[in-house]
Amino acid sequence: MTAPLLSGRLLFVVAAFAALALYPMVAGPYGLDLVTKIMIFAIFALSLELLVGGTGLVCFGHAAFFGIGAYATVLLTGERDAPSLLWLMPAGVICAGAYALAVGALSLRTKGVYFIMVTLAFAQMAYYVVHDTPLGGGTDGIYLMSPPSLAGLELGKALPMYGLTLGCLAGVFGLLAVVLRSRFGRALAGIRSNEQRMRATGFSTYPYKLAAFTLSGALAGLGGVLFAIKDGFVNPELLSWHQSGAVLIMVILGGIGHLRGALIGAFAFALLQELFKSEAVFGAFAKHWHLGLGLAIIVSVALLPRGLVGLPQAWRDRLVGRTARPVDAQPDADADAAPTRSATR
Amino acid sequence: MDLATFLIQCLNSVQYGLLLFLVASGLTLIFGIMGVINLAHGSFYMIGAYMAFALAPIVAATFGGGFFATLAVGVVLAVALGYVLEWVFFSFLYDREHLQQVLMTYGLILVFEELRSLLVGDDVHGVKAPPLLSGSLPLGELMTYPVYRLFMSAVCLALALGMYLVFTRTRLGMMIRAGSTNREMVQSLGIDIKFLYRIVFAAGVAIAVFAGMVAAPVSSVYPGMGNSVLIVCFVVVVIGGIGSIRGALVASLLIGVVDTFGKALVPEVAGVLVYVAMALILLWKPDGLFRAG
Repeated sequence: MTAPLLSGRLLFVVAAFAALALYPMVAGPYGLDLVTKIMIFAIFALSLELLVGGTGLVCFGHAAFFGIGAYATVLLTGERDAPSLLWLMPAGVICAGAYALAVGALSLRTKGVYFIMVTLAFAQMAYYVVHDTPLGGGTDGIYLMSPPSLAGLELGKALPMYGLTLGCLAGVFGLLAVVLRSRFGRALAGIRSNEQRMRATGFSTYPYKLAAFTLSGALAGLGGVLFAIKDGFVNPELLSWHQSGAVLIMVILGGIGHLRGALIGAFAFALLQELFKSEAVFGAFAKHWHLGLGLAIIVSVALLPRGLVGLPQAWRDRLVGRTARPVDAQPDADADAAPTRSATR
Repeated sequence: MDLATFLIQCLNSVQYGLLLFLVASGLTLIFGIMGVINLAHGSFYMIGAYMAFALAPIVAATFGGGFFATLAVGVVLAVALGYVLEWVFFSFLYDREHLQQVLMTYGLILVFEELRSLLVGDDVHGVKAPPLLSGSLPLGELMTYPVYRLFMSAVCLALALGMYLVFTRTRLGMMIRAGSTNREMVQSLGIDIKFLYRIVFAAGVAIAVFAGMVAAPVSSVYPGMGNSVLIVCFVVVVIGGIGSIRGALVASLLIGVVDTFGKALVPEVAGVLVYVAMALILLWKPDGLFRAG
């Protein structure tokens, strides 16, 4: 990785966060709410990126952790009046993390596609628990009686909520950036490219994977806590496999193997949705917004093998000419980040 | 639960299991041989059911009609659809990461659902069983069992047997089995693997569409019906072992029994039983029951 490219990436992240910090000055209430929601999904997507891109584990049940964080927030608030976020948020995160620890301990025994399906199975179990038992309020969901407060700020209001979400997003991004560069993160990268070799060099890979899974679930739970506070309402759909699928799509769309990919993917996915839903642009056809979104996804797969993150690279290639560049800057990302590909291929 | 109810539940579970098998067999083939995680497979089931509804008047006008003529036309269309889809959307994806293909099939789901909504609308429809099969058989003193459901089971069984014979006894089956084990080796033996993939994909689509058409008179035709069947079929594929037709058959019958009896005996937790079964089986056998290759 050459130096200018690195600073370019850093510049992008700094500029993105600066833009997000300045956005409330120009935004109306609708835009503020939308971007808060997108940032929550960005936290959710980042937590999954730690597994998919960082460790090579494709989890198809991540919505369970998100939903458990959200449900824990609502259930723990109960009848309390404006509980303090200082204990509510850690409590929600711990609930999600504890479930992730249990699920990870069992499902990490399997590999590849089987792992994908086992995580889905555990997510479906959680879904049916909140859907069918009195605990979760059934299909109707439950309302958050009173939004929590933090140092005198009422988080039921749009602006403090925006600030809190942005702070959490920056914190999660920073945390993951540090984690992935630490010895622990390097070990995860080693597991992603060749687990057998890691074991041969003396790493017991299981605890590393379990730790990554638990951390990822806990961070997804953080997203869920924020979501419950923002919407003031939770329902079982938060845990459904559609949600797990959508967040996986965000990560893939943005580009696997890069933290900013999850960020870009979450924004691209949500903004595309808004675009195709808007009646101002598409008129009566906006009712069929899935069609536009689907076609946009298909086109992006066809044209962008490395996700949206690869876009500048693709443009550079177009300008300079394909042959002028030596080998791809990240050979291992292409060769090894295919966790579900069987060894015979 | 008396004997007659028990028998009916057994018949129901076999019929549901065999229907699942039809959808899941295409999924496991495409998965095991081409390595494509095809999320859009449920959409083909949905397309089949809508074909049974929408094609019937058209077929009636051109060929004089009939349920079986509709079935035949639908299957021909499905093969063409599968062939073209593989060509346009998948043929350039095999060298990419699997997750790119997942993204592609996710896009296809959205497109198919919306096209369906544009062409046929969002209403729930019923499809009549053909008059020849619309009666019911007496079972015990009070119960009856619809003939059409028996017919469904028989058709599914015949198709399963046919697939088994194609796989084990024909040259095509041999090439497909070889292709799932080692792609490069098959290619170097002079077999056009791309054409083979296209055939497998078209066959998988055709079987799923057929399953949808056959199921239409029993399950009614509604938006989103593909998604609900998709996840259960993935469960079947994984329990059976990826790429294994035999595994898919055993697993789908197992899921049929678990689901049907679960709904009858313990309706509160019926939804979760299928997933509990899968988790238990995978913790016991992490590669599924019958892993192919």
